[in-house]
Amino acid sequence: MRDELKQLYQDTILDHGRKPRNFRVIEDADRQQEGFNPVCGDRLTLFLKLNADNYIEDISFQGVGCAISMASASLMTITLQGKHIDEATAIFQQFHQLVTHHTLRADNTAGAEHKQEEPDMSMLNKTKLRVLAGVSEFPSRVKCATLAWHALDHAINTSDKTSGERVSTE
Amino acid sequence: MNAFDVNRIRADFPILSTHVHQRPLVYLDNAATTQKPTAVIDAMDHYYRHDNANVHRGLHALSERATQKMESARREIATFINARRPEQVIFTKGTTDALNLLAHSLSQVLLQADDEIVITHMEHHSNIVPWQMACERTGAILRVVRINDQGELDRDHLNELLSAKTRIVSFTAISNSLGTINPVAEIIQQVRQHPDVDVERIAISVDAAQALAHQAIDVRALDCDFLAFSAHKAFGPTGIGALYGKADWLERLPPYQGGGEMIRTVHFDKSTYADIPHKFEAGTPAIAEAIGFGAAIAYLKRFAFRDIIEHEHRLLQRATDRLLDQPGTRLIGEAAQKAGVISLICDEVHPHDLGTLLDFEGIAVRAGHHCTMPVMERYGVPATVRISLSLYNTIEEIDIFCDALSRVRKPFRE
Repeated sequence: MRDELKQLYQDTILDHGRKPRNFRVIEDADRQQEGFNPVCGDRLTLFLKLNADNYIEDISFQGVGCAISMASASLMTITLQGKHIDEATAIFQQFHQLVTHHTLRADNTAGAEHKQEEPDMSMLNKTKLRVLAGVSEFPSRVKCATLAWHALDHAINTSDKTSGERVSTE
Repeated sequence: MNAFDVNRIRADFPILSTHVHQRPLVYLDNAATTQKPTAVIDAMDHYYRHDNANVHRGLHALSERATQKMESARREIATFINARRPEQVIFTKGTTDALNLLAHSLSQVLLQADDEIVITHMEHHSNIVPWQMACERTGAILRVVRINDQGELDRDHLNELLSAKTRIVSFTAISNSLGTINPVAEIIQQVRQHPDVDVERIAISVDAAQALAHQAIDVRALDCDFLAFSAHKAFGPTGIGALYGKADWLERLPPYQGGGEMIRTVHFDKSTYADIPHKFEAGTPAIAEAIGFGAAIAYLKRFAFRDIIEHEHRLLQRATDRLLDQPGTRLIGEAAQKAGVISLICDEVHPHDLGTLLDFEGIAVRAGHHCTMPVMERYGVPATVRISLSLYNTIEEIDIFCDALSRVRKPFRE
C-alpha cells in the first residue's frame, strides 16, 4: 500500500472497521440519534446514557458504513466513556481539527500554510483518535470520519430525549 | 486492418494519457461522464476564438455565424436520432433538465387528479423526482414497475399497472447502476397495444442518457413520444442536452420557462410564444456547448454501433468473468441484455474504501448509490462500486482494475 493510504488505513482502523467496539443498542438510552450520509449511504444510530451530572455513563452505536466511519465511531465511543458532555464537545472540536487540518501530517513539506500555528489538540494526545489524522489528506472522506461525531453533537445539544430529526453530513 | 482500433481511438482523447497518483489513468467512470475528444475541445475553442456572439438576434456576421453553427449542431443531433425535423430537438441543460421540462409542461395539458404516471424501479433519480413533483402539483399517482433479481423489468407487472388512467410512461433505455438494456421498442409497443390504455391520451418518454454513446437510437422506429439525453455522457460537454419530441406533442405543450428567445411578441396584457424549438429555449442558450454537442455526435458517427457494442461487450465479459473469480464478490445487476456497466459489492470492504484505494492505483470508479437509491434498497445494499465502460477502454485496463481490486482488498480480510 502507498504511504498516504497506509496513513489512512492503519491497522487500528482496519481492526475497528472490521470489529467495531460498543457496537450495540443501549435499551434505556437517554439520547438516540441517527446519522446519515446520503452521498455514500453510511448510516448509524448513536445511543447515549447520561447520569444526573451529564457525565456519559454509556455510549454505543450501530450502523453500516465504510472502514473509516465505523472505526471513527468505534474509537469515539471508547474515548468518551465516562466523560462529561462538555468535555465530549471539546474533544469533538479538536477531532474535527485533526481530520481537516493538514499540518499534522508526518511527512510535512515546508510551506507557508504549514507554518501557521498548530491548533490545540492536547485532548487527543492519549487517545487512539490520532490514528484518524490521515483522513485530512482525503477531503472526500472527512464526512465519513465525522458522521458519528455529528450525531453525537446533535444528541448532546438537543434537549429532546430522542430526536426524530436525522443528522446528515451533507 | 481492424476498423475499430482502440489505440487510435485513445489518441483522440488527450486526457487518457494523463497520470493520476503517478499511475496511468484508467478511467472506468463513463456512466458518470465520458472524456472528450480533441474534435469536441477544438470545436468549442474555435467558437470562442473566432465566432462568439449571441444567436438568433444579431444582424452582424458573428451572430449569424454563431446561429448557423448552433443550428447545424441541432441538425446533426436530429439526424443522429432520426428525428423527422431538427425543430423537434430542444436544447436543454441535460437529461435532468429535459425531464423536468417534460414533466412540468406535460402535467399542465395531460394530468388531472387520480391519473397515473408509470415509471420503473431502475430509474435514475432524475426520472423519478420530476414525476413525483408533477404528482404533487396535480394529484396524479406514481406507479412503479418492479424489477426481478437479475435487474430486468417485470413486463407482466407493467401490463398490470397500465390502465385507462395511465397518462405518462417514462422509463430508461439503459440502467446506469445495473447496466440493464431495456427492450425500448417492445415496451413502447406493449404500452400502445395494451387494451385498457387510452392511446389518444398517453405520452411515452424514454431516458436515453446512458444509451446515446452505446446503441443506435431511431426515435421513429422506437415510436417514443419523447426522448431525453445529455451530451456529456456521449463525449460532449457538460451543461447541454436535449429533449426530442414528436412535433404535435411539442406544439401542444406550454412553455417551461419564460423570457427572451422564446417569445414572438410581448405586451403587458399578453405575450405570444415562438414556434418550436425556441418556445422551450428561454434565454441565451449554451452556444459553445451546443456546438460541442454537435461535434461529439459527429465524432460518434465515425463509428458503427455494432463495433462499439462488440468492443464494450468483450470488455464487459472479461470483467464479469474475472470478478466472479474473486471470492466474496457479488455483482448487482445480471440482466441477460447488459451494457458495459458493472455494479459490485465486496464482502469485506465497503465501496467507499474501495473507491479511495482504487483511486491511488490511478483507477477512476464510482462508489455510491449512483442516484438510484430505490435500486440500492431493492438489493439491500447501501452502495456499490461501479465500473462503466466506453469505446476507448481496453482489455488491459480491465485486467489492471481486476488485479488492483484483488490486491487492495487483501488487508481487509481477517
